[in-house]
Amino acid sequence: MTAKANNNTAAAPAHIETDVLVIGAGGAGMYAALEAAKAGAAVVLADRSLIGRGGATVMAQMTVAAALSEQTPDHWEHHLTDTLAAGRGLCDERLAALLCEDGPHRLREMDGWKVGWAREDGHIKQAQAPGHDRPRCAYVDFLSTGPAVSRTLRAQLNLSSGIRRIGELVIVDIALRDGVACGATALHLPSGEAVTLAARAVVIATGGLTGLYRRNSASSNMGGDGYALALRAGAELIDMEFVQFFPIGHLAPRLVGMDPIMWDPFRYKLGGKLLNAEMREFEQDYATPDTRSDGRYVLTRDLATFAITREVEAGRGSPAGGAYLSFQHLPEAAIRSAFGPVVDRLAANCIDLTKRPVEVAPIAHYHMGGVRVDDTLRTAVPGLYACGEAVGGANGANRLSGNAITEALVFGASAGRNAARRALQNSSRWSAQAAQPALELLRGAERRDRPNPAALVRDLKALMADQVGPFRTEAKLQSALAAIARMKTEIGEVPFSSASAFDPVLVDWLDLRNMLLVAQSVAAPALARTESRGAHQREDHPGLDDSWCVNQIVALSRGNALELSRAAPSAGRAAA
Amino acid sequence: MKATLAIQRGTPGEPSRIENFEVTFEPGQSVLDGLRALRCEADPSLAFRFSCINANACKECMMLIDGKVDYACTVRLKEGTTALSPLPKKALIRDLVTEIAPPDERLRPRQ
Repeated sequence: MTAKANNNTAAAPAHIETDVLVIGAGGAGMYAALEAAKAGAAVVLADRSLIGRGGATVMAQMTVAAALSEQTPDHWEHHLTDTLAAGRGLCDERLAALLCEDGPHRLREMDGWKVGWAREDGHIKQAQAPGHDRPRCAYVDFLSTGPAVSRTLRAQLNLSSGIRRIGELVIVDIALRDGVACGATALHLPSGEAVTLAARAVVIATGGLTGLYRRNSASSNMGGDGYALALRAGAELIDMEFVQFFPIGHLAPRLVGMDPIMWDPFRYKLGGKLLNAEMREFEQDYATPDTRSDGRYVLTRDLATFAITREVEAGRGSPAGGAYLSFQHLPEAAIRSAFGPVVDRLAANCIDLTKRPVEVAPIAHYHMGGVRVDDTLRTAVPGLYACGEAVGGANGANRLSGNAITEALVFGASAGRNAARRALQNSSRWSAQAAQPALELLRGAERRDRPNPAALVRDLKALMADQVGPFRTEAKLQSALAAIARMKTEIGEVPFSSASAFDPVLVDWLDLRNMLLVAQSVAAPALARTESRGAHQREDHPGLDDSWCVNQIVALSRGNALELSRAAPSAGRAAA
Repeated sequence: MKATLAIQRGTPGEPSRIENFEVTFEPGQSVLDGLRALRCEADPSLAFRFSCINANACKECMMLIDGKVDYACTVRLKEGTTALSPLPKKALIRDLVTEIAPPDERLRPRQ
């Protein structure tokens, strides 16, 4: 293969036709593809990474919440009550109800596909997690939940017919004809070629935006590109200001080969202690009557994040700027039994929990906000659907632990079904014209790599962590919005490129185009919301303000300006 | 501390070249940390695969590290020179990137 100066000037781009295009092959995207194919649609499942390797699902080491009634009698309405309480008044009740009601079906389907839920006395074992009123969280043992879910769905993809999987395909924009989604334009990374995809329905399953933050627990490709695709296509975003920080992300010593949020299940199983620099437990100092303590976990995630940050600010933080997590009060045998083979992986990182504590600190973990959809997972754009973490609304201002994988499976299934139904009832709206704007963008790429786009991505992550993190002020948010505007000017409107095949400069530029729009979509509603609620904490506006029990909606105007509006949270139940 | 990364670069159809980069590191940091820093500080055009960054979950950052097939996210940076080259038994795409996608998950499965 010889390197061409610019592959995109080639006469006609590769073109693919399908019924349903699913963008993103994490848990939600794979489930959407399976359900759409089951409904009889031809499916293309595209991912910018390798299929089933990127995204958040494969990283999830934790638990999956559903009212299975295996451990103890339960009903999905109890799960809904807990989900709505955690959401602090902002949940879209239709979506939350869909999540809770359909969750048990999806977990049982996964069980039938041999995901390997941990069992005890012949039943699926369900753990108690913070914010839940009873043991409700299934898991696969020894930090294997996410990898097991991914592996199981990949195996189902292999068994099903009608799903074409294409990895290493970066979607640049949704193609529109008369305001209807009719496909997409993409960059094929290994060849550097532009590819057009015609589809009668398009499903965004690209996950959240935690990749916008310096320390995060998701894959590098979780920079919120689906939100930018949706916005530019004319869809709306909701609750974008609510970014969940996971309180006890690993901080020090350096840990490689493991997910930074791995400590939670062990802390839960064994009662790991959170200590400040004085080696004193401090969680009780921050507990309030509404924290739904289960007796072992004192604080929900938002309050634990608050507690650790406050201790650090008060000069009682650990050396690396977090809190200590200690298991030293436990006998070695108890640690070995609970951690299993993980003990050896920790030893390889020079960590011996019987000898000393580790340091933990809040880390960007999940995004409650996302693409605004109705109860069929459809966006405001006909033919365009969203599912998984990319959807906003189900979790309101704060997500219950265990709801993310459930949401991926439930919303994935529903979006896949509904997209297939639409695709089979409508003829193709594709026209080559619909791909022109994105093709022209790619064709216009210039050979340059200054300013260094990789450094700009790094700087944007630092900016978001420092100024649009868990604790916000008007001054910080205004400064962030000004910096985002400056960075937009720096990258300009013409893509940078450095090579034809597998060009990281072009990918960074395309990412920045999306990330800067999404960063603005978080900072602007965060600035407007002059109260503290759930994961959005304003130091200059502490406490809930009842007049702010509304969702903020982000959209792009015809002139490409960001527009904010408000809407009352959707009530009522989805049709099951 | 300083590490030197001796990286084999190039595309198919051209002779490969070794480029040396010096990168400052703290003990415990991974080869992938070094590669990512290098893109920000020296050469953003350096191509390598990674997705999960740190968790050894995606298995995309596999390459030849000092002659041994390993993951850049789990091998630690060391003082002195570390040699990095693409997987030898996979088709080269560019620099440290090889064709590791399963054939039926590629745009052109038969290629």
